[in-house]
Amino acid sequence: MRASTGRSELVGLRGWMCAFAFVLSACSRTAGGDAASVPTGEGPARASASSATPTLDAVRRKNFVQCGVTTGVAGFSAPDARGEWRGLDVDVCRAIAAAVLGDARRVRFTPLTAAQRFTALQSGEVDVLSRITTITFQRDVQLGIEFPAINWYDGTTFIVRKSSGVKSVKDLNGATICVQPGTTNEVDVADYFRKHKLTFTPVVIERLEEVTSAYFAGRCDAFSQDQATLAALRARAPNPADHVVLSELISRGPYGPGVMPNDPRWIEIVRWSVYAMINAEELGLTQATIDRALESDDPDVRRFVGTSDGFGPMLGLDAAWAYRIVKQVGNYAESVERNIKPLGVERGVNRLWKDGGVVYVPPLR
Amino acid sequence: MSDPRTRAVVAQVLVVVGVAAAVSAVAVQAVINLRARGIASGFGFLGRAAGFEIAPGPLEFTSRDTYARALLVGLHNTLRVSLLGIVLATLLGTAVGVARLSNVWMASAIARGYVEAMRNTPLLLQLLFWYSLSQALPAPREALNPLPGVFLCFRGLFLPALRGRAGYPWVALERPVLAGFGFHGGTSISPEFAALLVGLTTCTAAFIGEIVRGGILAVDKGQGEAAAALGLSRSRILRLVVLPQALPVIIPPATSQLLNLVKNSSLAVAIGYADLISITNTTLNQTGQAIEAIALAMAAYLVVSASLSLALNAYNAAVLRRGGSRA
Repeated sequence: MRASTGRSELVGLRGWMCAFAFVLSACSRTAGGDAASVPTGEGPARASASSATPTLDAVRRKNFVQCGVTTGVAGFSAPDARGEWRGLDVDVCRAIAAAVLGDARRVRFTPLTAAQRFTALQSGEVDVLSRITTITFQRDVQLGIEFPAINWYDGTTFIVRKSSGVKSVKDLNGATICVQPGTTNEVDVADYFRKHKLTFTPVVIERLEEVTSAYFAGRCDAFSQDQATLAALRARAPNPADHVVLSELISRGPYGPGVMPNDPRWIEIVRWSVYAMINAEELGLTQATIDRALESDDPDVRRFVGTSDGFGPMLGLDAAWAYRIVKQVGNYAESVERNIKPLGVERGVNRLWKDGGVVYVPPLR
Repeated sequence: MSDPRTRAVVAQVLVVVGVAAAVSAVAVQAVINLRARGIASGFGFLGRAAGFEIAPGPLEFTSRDTYARALLVGLHNTLRVSLLGIVLATLLGTAVGVARLSNVWMASAIARGYVEAMRNTPLLLQLLFWYSLSQALPAPREALNPLPGVFLCFRGLFLPALRGRAGYPWVALERPVLAGFGFHGGTSISPEFAALLVGLTTCTAAFIGEIVRGGILAVDKGQGEAAAALGLSRSRILRLVVLPQALPVIIPPATSQLLNLVKNSSLAVAIGYADLISITNTTLNQTGQAIEAIALAMAAYLVVSASLSLALNAYNAAVLRRGGSRA
């Protein structure tokens, strides 16, 4: 063996290091090589902006939206009998696909547990995380995730057996409570019990199916989750009448789709896809009436369907983006009616502000 | 460079430098990527309040304690189940290995069936089986009460415990009492802990049983016959003649089985036992600092496994030395 062999070893090693570094940086999807093929409007501003929209570029390139959802929570994201994903959160992904790709069916779903979801988003495995995710300071600031819009207001509560006689959360003193790791519920329960000087024993199980069956099997006196999720689980119980979902909420839980912060255009598209559905409800535009709206003289409606003002191109989309969302997915009320109502969950605060709820979004103008 | 020893040293230095360079390149790239995605990095999160609760165990923990403390509780829980599992699996495994070679047909058949059942089903499935078995026990109000103060139900096994009382110099026996949602006072073993311990012990014991059997068969038959000719009883032949000679064959593969037991304890996540991995999961989820949290967990397993491995290697060396001086 001569010294030169050692040198060539080093050279080889450097090459290997480069390869590995490249693999790592390729994962971060910052390479904007396909900018030229992206059909975004005109003007120098647009051309320079295209390299700053890695997620949007990637979505257009692969021609589908990769959407992170639950492993199955009826009403929000669950496959139906034909294997088609349905739910309020699923509709957000479909609306984005309708706006960006012109077809609400161009969505692929990645079922994620609560514990996997943020890593999947951060690593770029999904383009948007639409998965009953509570928007919190820590998730926004520390995890660096952008939450462009709120699509449901919920909060932490408990499901208990009717026979236990529990009427309010304070009756749960000393109880064994099932929780899922990495949920806001886990922290909410700890906070609430500490604040009210109560005690409980946690049983922490990650997968929703397993934690649910642990509760139904009697391992826990209560299972803590958000109210609408518990209502969905109760409906699937062997005997739903044996269980009660407490009406008392111990926290506020606004849900919203999450995206990575490195693509401002993508953030705007996600935000306005949700807002478009809510604006459509406010304007009275439904799946059935949206075609008639194309002839409307109402300036708000004309802006919405794209017959005036050209808001679509400002988003880097075509004029009919919002029209397609309503045509293919429906407005917010239709999505709630289709997905949440069958669970027996009242719309409650999730009604529009003018109907007594808190749903109030910026107008499309 | 013509000296093979110099060459060897140079090659080793190059390898070390190369590995260090690769590791630092990966670390630098990871930090760049994390910054680009706006993810916080560093170990500052360890000092912050965890905010979640952990099922009660020997170490006190409340949601106001730090993430560092939470991970320590997780490590303690992992060690507790692993060390108990190692002792029990070694004892059971030795018994199974000896039973496999027994002249009593029944004993060897049972041992064989046991080994095959354990070796040919996934451990995760076995854990879920033991856990669901524990959940088939009666409810707290109909708990089995085999001895005074001892209760067994699907919430766990509740036992009396000795407790010191403030102001009294003596300890008193405290019995668990059924109140509210379940039993209070005394001490308890959770079904999660029991299922994990039973699962790890029974599964590892099957593998150790086969290793023990192989070790015994490796000892020259004449040794046993010679001991029998001296009039030693069967159990003494096994204890004094056969097993000591089989040990050098048994210990190295058994070591790796025991290491597996420690690492397999991370399957606890599936049945809700608060082991190191389970706590790490919650931590990385709440802080978003996956790389740091997993690196800590890996370092902990590495230290535990390496210490166990060192201890058993030292024991093996001692056994070999003893055998050598005797020969």
